[in-house]
Amino acid sequence: MAEAKYISRAKLGKWLDELSQQMLVLAPVQEGEAVVFRPYQTGTEIRLDGQPTLPPKEAVFPASEELFAYTYRKNPEDPAQTDVEIGPRAQPQKTLVFGARPCGSRGFVIFDPVYTQGYYLDPYYRARREATIFASVACITPENACFCHSVGSGPGDTAGSDILLTPVDQGYVVEAVTDKGGEMLGSSLLEAAGDKAGKARELRDKVLKDMGEPRDFTSAREKLLAIFDDLDFWEDVSAKCISCGACTYLCPTCYCFNITDESAGMQGSRIRSWDNCMSFQFTLEASGHNPRPTKAHRLRNRVGHKFSYYPELHQGKIACCGCGRCIKHCPMSVDIREIVIRAMEHQTESGEEAGA
Amino acid sequence: MTFITELKEQIKTALPDLDMVIGWERGFDPLHATPLFMRKAQDVERLEVGPLAVHNTATYLTGFKGKKVGVVVKGCDSRAVIQLLQEGLIDRENVVIFGFPCQGVVDMVKVQKYLGNTGLVREAQIQDSSLKVKVNGEERDLALKDVLADKCARCRYPNAMLHDHFAGQPIEPHAPEDKYQDVEELESLSLEERFKHWEREMHRCIRCYACRNACPMCVCRDHCVAQSRQPQWLTQDDSVREKWMFQVIHAMHLAGRCVECGECQRACPMDIPILALKRKLNREARDLFNYEAGVDPNETAPLLSFKVEEENINERGW
Repeated sequence: MAEAKYISRAKLGKWLDELSQQMLVLAPVQEGEAVVFRPYQTGTEIRLDGQPTLPPKEAVFPASEELFAYTYRKNPEDPAQTDVEIGPRAQPQKTLVFGARPCGSRGFVIFDPVYTQGYYLDPYYRARREATIFASVACITPENACFCHSVGSGPGDTAGSDILLTPVDQGYVVEAVTDKGGEMLGSSLLEAAGDKAGKARELRDKVLKDMGEPRDFTSAREKLLAIFDDLDFWEDVSAKCISCGACTYLCPTCYCFNITDESAGMQGSRIRSWDNCMSFQFTLEASGHNPRPTKAHRLRNRVGHKFSYYPELHQGKIACCGCGRCIKHCPMSVDIREIVIRAMEHQTESGEEAGA
Repeated sequence: MTFITELKEQIKTALPDLDMVIGWERGFDPLHATPLFMRKAQDVERLEVGPLAVHNTATYLTGFKGKKVGVVVKGCDSRAVIQLLQEGLIDRENVVIFGFPCQGVVDMVKVQKYLGNTGLVREAQIQDSSLKVKVNGEERDLALKDVLADKCARCRYPNAMLHDHFAGQPIEPHAPEDKYQDVEELESLSLEERFKHWEREMHRCIRCYACRNACPMCVCRDHCVAQSRQPQWLTQDDSVREKWMFQVIHAMHLAGRCVECGECQRACPMDIPILALKRKLNREARDLFNYEAGVDPNETAPLLSFKVEEENINERGW
């Protein structure tokens, strides 16, 4: 990391005012008792003291994004012939996501290999990703649902962030993680951090230590495959799931989408929107057949994808940031940690450990 | 014998003839309970009943068609069972109801409001009229009445209204009548203010449909019009208009059927106050048809029946 800077809480608003002159700034704002990312304007009251209800996923991967608009036109000479005119693609504006937790910003590290590498490149995702900068706030208030340290992350994780802020004294130590982040720290409102940088490091280490021993989920990769067909197991662990999409929509790493044409008369929009594998429609085929007909099949996919299939394809990396949103906001308190652990400890009927 | 010991005995006795009994156990932390599906006698030991047992167990019943299922119910949960029976959505002979007197359930949003960030909760206990929480190493004492759900403060049916077994002694209603004060407050706003209110609240909806899936009376589940493309009622555009449209559909489908268990609002991860919509329609059903959902299994919901001449609707007067 480059030289650390420091900004007092009192000056933070001024800094955001400056930044919001240069680009769109998204910051956590309270609505009801929920905290969501909204465009910052001078005077916006921001909440940096806890984990936002939503991760900053929408900054790069909107819940609903118009890919393009289209208009059908009939040829007056030959009414049987219809032409379609496709509107221009919107270009994303430069955006700063300010105040996400490391577990929120890290989500895009999981997205990237899927949408920006390999044969299939997603131009919409890539354009937004390149236009977005993440200034995350290190976490000093882990909660009961948190397990970032068990999935290769931690309360001071910098993966996915361009800048890391750590609350120290009456302000924040501000450190650049990437060059893109470094360019943002030129403001005269920031001063040299001096010995505060050391304090920040100590604090981050302490918070991580206080989270206790991490769980090792490595063996889940094979165990989950081994019990794939054990539907009794999956029915048991999914019994309380109500098949809503709260877990997936609040998840920093869930990247599945749907594409629909929403037409009215001769005009319409092609929309890309969040999809979720808890929904019956997710795998519903045109014939009416559904390979994942029950919630047991669907929850199996969610857990398997994060802890087995994704790691299999991406150098063992678990597709979960351990933010715990799917646990703490689940209406029924389904606990993904418990399911993975039960899978790892599951004995097959013959008494052998699954996957052994 | 405390009522919970009595309840556990009742369940253990009935369990051999049942596929399972649905209740609650401790969840991922001391503040959260989670639904428990008891299949063996030893599972019953994990049963926990009290103000943290917030979930409506009746929500699961329609998912167990053909099975013999026991269900542990609070007063409001029992109203959902009654309404499901009334509509023929479950069979009486396949459900065994275990009732108990409910002193009210905790609203986790209120707890969060009092505690600030919940942080690391190490202990949570209900003692008399308070909720004692040990959070971030600090002891916090919250008055139970401050953190109980709003529905409990106006509850007239704290005891299971229909039951095969009842543990403990029935208690007095928490309120003599429901004045629909929340609905009145909303209605006192001008049309424009009300519109702004819902625009503001619905804006943050993420369309996860937790409200729908947590609802015991939302039985279409996988075949809901919200996601159907043929016919297509909603688009995938995430405008307030689309989100609001679903809430209106939900409320209309529940008119005179909603038992006001509040699961829709509790399940909402975005804290959107959507119960008020259903309560508005319920009050209309009450005023027009003198009807209250989930009270009598032999009644018929007003919108599922027909009368040539309604008593409170002056059909020929205009």
